[in-house]
Order: sequence, then structure tokens, then C-alpha cells
Amino acid sequence: MKLRSAALAAAMALAGATAQADVKVGMITTLSGGGAGLGIDVRDGFMLAVKQAGRDDLEVVIEDDQRKPDIAVQLADKMIQSEKVDVLTGIIWSNLAMAVVPAATAQGKFYLSPNAGPSPLAGKGCHPNYFNVAWQNDNLHEAAGAYANDSGLKNSFILAPNYPAGKDALTGYKRFFEGELAGELYTKLGQTDYAAEIAQIRASGADSVYFFLPGGMGISFLKQYAASGVDLPLVGPAFSFDQGILQAVGDAAMGVKNTSQWNKDIDNATNAAFVETFQAEYGRQPSLYASQGFDTANLLISAMGKADVADADAFRAALKAAEFDSVRGDFAFGDNHHPVQNIYVREVIKEGDVYTNKIIATGLTNHADAYAADCKM
Amino acid sequence: MLNGLQFGVMLFLMSAGLTLVFGVMGLINLAHGSLYMIGAFAAAAVAAATGSFVLALMASLAAAALAGALIELTIIRRLYDRDHLDQVLATFALILIFSEGTRWMFGSFPLFLDVPPMLAGPVTLPGGIEYPAYRLSIIVIGLLVAVGMFALINRTRVGIRIRAGEADREMIAALGVDIAKLYTFVFALGAALAGFAGALVGAIQSVQVGMGEPVLILAFVVIVIGGIGSIKGAFVGALLVGITDTMGRFLLPQIFALFLEPSAAVSVGSALASMLIYILMAGVLVFRPRGLYGVA
Repeated sequence: MKLRSAALAAAMALAGATAQADVKVGMITTLSGGGAGLGIDVRDGFMLAVKQAGRDDLEVVIEDDQRKPDIAVQLADKMIQSEKVDVLTGIIWSNLAMAVVPAATAQGKFYLSPNAGPSPLAGKGCHPNYFNVAWQNDNLHEAAGAYANDSGLKNSFILAPNYPAGKDALTGYKRFFEGELAGELYTKLGQTDYAAEIAQIRASGADSVYFFLPGGMGISFLKQYAASGVDLPLVGPAFSFDQGILQAVGDAAMGVKNTSQWNKDIDNATNAAFVETFQAEYGRQPSLYASQGFDTANLLISAMGKADVADADAFRAALKAAEFDSVRGDFAFGDNHHPVQNIYVREVIKEGDVYTNKIIATGLTNHADAYAADCKM
Repeated sequence: MLNGLQFGVMLFLMSAGLTLVFGVMGLINLAHGSLYMIGAFAAAAVAAATGSFVLALMASLAAAALAGALIELTIIRRLYDRDHLDQVLATFALILIFSEGTRWMFGSFPLFLDVPPMLAGPVTLPGGIEYPAYRLSIIVIGLLVAVGMFALINRTRVGIRIRAGEADREMIAALGVDIAKLYTFVFALGAALAGFAGALVGAIQSVQVGMGEPVLILAFVVIVIGGIGSIKGAFVGALLVGITDTMGRFLLPQIFALFLEPSAAVSVGSALASMLIYILMAGVLVFRPRGLYGVA
């Protein structure tokens, strides 16, 4: 009897101890509508890393934000107040991130961004508990601007959706592009008909088109662009030519140059294993979004190995150290908790029946974002 | 301008059904957008299975008409005598059911319909303008449907009954017309047109859950401008809205660019452009409270 109660007490103490060390993650991401492909990839990449780590002290709650800021805010409130999560992650779209992240970090939660990197959160609005594992929004576009200079483009027509990341995108491109702008256009987020925009491109006399249209928007635009008979060269960030978009667009995207911080042919063991296991697990090739989800989970897991999430200062330091094997090779955070990394130029190719990208050059080396100096923390 | 026309013609396909149902049966059908979505999904599924675009279009017509007839017989029929609030609630519930049902069957990732190879690529119009062949054929098909609808309403026996039903429901029932059957027919016809529009547009945009709702709002604007129950009104209204919206998105930012810096001009211009059709609607209603072709 005595022995039994002692065993029970020990078991309870043990349960108590593990409950304390458990990390609960709330993932708010886009799983329906025209932006669903991005959220699904981030989720699958993240969960693949969680599965591989095999830790039973890590619990993930996943919810669909439908790309609506109000729903994202509701979900975040619910996760923080009733689910008592320690870490939030998952948001794809910068307008949603702007609605959720400042409130969540102000309540002492950690936020690890697997995608959105709006400029305010990298500069004046930076927060010690906010880490961006993907990029600051401007980064890939800056590399594209630099690439456009190198390839002799002088007169670009640029367009992006009218939301924070769209503005960051065009700002980033313009920061590095030295040519003239034949036109600058902001479209509605989630727009599916680009006939009017393509007519403007045709009339503008540009020598190239730079566009940032992630997810379903990019598919619609590319298909309509191909049918319109306008044949100016396209340049874009990887978001306009990711794995999901390419399969739907097909031949129309062949040979297009785009910029990315990741590609499946980056040569390191982690990346090779990631590409192979992702393909085996989900039956499709990983996109850059999946790679970002994968890195985000591995960053979190590396920090869990070093510190207790209840000890916020130690946990933060463990995240900042970023000692995990990234699919991008070496990974380091700058002072504003955004990555300092290489951005590559990729080209769309066809491998068998599958459209994909290969790296043809390094666009920017160890590139940090332009807002880091404004961040005081 | 052609883009506006194409958008307008598509809106016409959508609003013709809506205005018929609203005018003839006095029913506000919010689920019309779901029928549009059903048409698009049916077309995408059949196109994926058979590879034929013509079959896909026929499937969209059939599926939407079938779905329309089915919900008319089971649900909508019970709503004719209720007030508009009940109708709005019930048809809104239908939207949710259809959206979740489609998500369950097809998943939430958007599907893509390919433009038939024959119509892919641009054609050169007189005057040297290049224009996508597929969009041009949408305009032609839409105009043909419009002509067909006029003929149906004004020249055939069914049309006479529809117009009579619009004017006086009890009287034509008393004259021995099977009003229930007529209503099912009208509803299915409206549904088929919506589904057809969904399939046509699905090929240039993407086929996804919830694609019908933004179009539904525009379709309501169209029928309010055109006058409820009037096919002619729906046609003129749809073209007005289509052209206003497209031209507004194209011209307003350029006009503002004359005296503002580019990024401000773009945001002011596009904000105003998205308001433009509602301003148009308000303007029309000030002078013609019942719409352009509404019956007083």
C-alpha cells in the first residue's frame, strides 16, 4: 500500500515535471482559399520536422485563418487565452502578421515567423520575442532588383498586391534596381482577373515585368499573361514561381529567373534529407514555404533542448543562438532577429514531368535587411 | 474596354438567373454564388477526367441545373411565402453547406481549368489590337446567351408564362398553369446560367471554394441597377458595371498620377476604383429608384 502510493506520488511528480516542460505551439495559417497552398506547405514542413524529432513534450494546435485578419486575431486570442500556448507561428500573410504578432509578443508569447516578414516588425516595431525564420519581406525582391541590373534590364513594369508585403516587395526591388520604372501598380489582394493590369503592361513600353503575386494570384496572372501575347521577360521572387504555382502554370513559366533563399539543390546533408523525406511523406516536392516551416520547427526544437520555455530569457537566448541544422546551410539571426543569409537566383526548368527550379547564381551574399538599424531592443 | 465588356458579359450570365428568380418568384437567393461555384467545380472535374473542354462546359450546365432543381424542390419551395429575412437566412445556410461540401469533396486547394488549346493565345483584332482568343469567345458566347434569353422570354410560350408569373402569380395559377413546375424550371435555368458562367471564368481564373461570393455581390449590384426582374436591365446593368469597374481600375490611377506621386496615386486611385460601381449604383438609384428598366 505504502509502496503503491509512493509510486503514485512519483508518477504524479513526474507527470508534473513533464507538464511544466511541455511546449505548446499554436499554428495559425492559411489552409483554405487561394492562399491555401502556402499554408499547407508551411504546416507540412513544420510537422515533418516535429515528427522526425519524435518529442512527446511538443504539442501543436493548427487552425485555419482563411487569410482573414479578423479570424487570425480571434484564433490568436483563443490560443493564448484558452489553449495557453507558449509559442505562436504559422502566419503566411503580412497583413495578418501585423494584426497578430504585436499583440501576441506584448503578452509575453514567442512568435516564430515561418513566412511573413513585414518591414515594421524588422525595424521600429521589432520585439525580443519575435523571430523571423524566413526573411524580411524586402530581401528576395532586393536580390531580384540586383539581378535585373546585372542582366541589363533598364525599364521595368512592377506590380504587387496592395498589402504590407506587396509594398515591401516593390520597395525592395526599387532599392536595388537602377533602371527606370515604366509603371508601378498595386492590385487587390486575392485578385483573380489581371486583364486590366496586363493591358497597362502592354501599353507601358517596358522591357521587363517584375511581379510579386504569391499563391493563386500568381497562377491566375501567369496563365492570363501567357494567353495575352505580351512577351516581355518576367522576373519575380520565388513566391511567384514556387513549386505549387509551377505545376499549375506549366510551360508558360519555363526559363523564368527568380530569387530565393532556398532551393532543393542547395548542397548540404540536411537539405538532401529534407527533400527526400518530404517527398516520401507527402508525395510531392517541397516548396520554399515547406523549407521555411521545416526550419522554423527545427529552430524551436533546438531551443527546447537548451532551455525551458517557462524561463523566457534563457529560451530567447537559445532561439537567438539558432543552433540547428538549416536546410539553407549555415543559419544566423541578425540583431533584429531576422536572418542574415544568401539569396540565390534560380531558373525554372523541367525535370521529367515536374516543373522545378535550379540555382544558377548567388544574388546577394550574407544579406541582412535594411531596417535592422531602426530596431532598438 | 474589351476587358470591361468581357467582365460585363460574365456578370450578365450570373445576374440573369438571379434577376429572374428574384423578379418572378420574389425570392432573394444568396446561394446563387454557390451554383456558380458548383458549375466551375463540375467543369474542372470533368475536364480533368476527360480532357474535353466542351464536355466540361456541358457538365457545368447540367450539374448546376441539377443542383438548382434539387434545392428548389427540397428547400426553396418552402420559402416563397416567407418574408425576405427567412429567405436570406435559409439561402445563406445553403452557401455554407455548399462551400463545406465542396471543400470536403475537392479539398481547399484551388483547381485550375485549362483554356482549350484552340482558343489559347491571342488573336489580332481589326485595328491591330491583340486580345486573348478565349476572352473574345466569352464575349461572343455571352452575347449569344443574351439573345437566346430575350427570345425565350419574349417569343416563346414559356416566356409568356414567366412574364405572367412575374405580373400575377395567383392569376396564372388560376388559369391552369402549373406554377410549381414553372418555378422549378426558372430556378434551374438561372442555376444553369450561373454554373455556365462559373465554368467559363474558371478557365481564366482559379476554381476555388468561395469563388462565388464576390461575384454574387456584383450580381446584386447589377440587378439593382438594371431593375429587378428585367433581363434587359440585367444585360445593360452588367455591361455598365463591367465597363465601369474595368475602366475605373485602369484610368483612375493614371488620372491621379497627374497630380500625385505614383504610390499615393495608385492607392487613392484603386480605392476610388473599387468604390466606383457602388457610386454608379447610388447615382442610378437617385434618378431611377427602381433601376433602369424596373417596373414601377
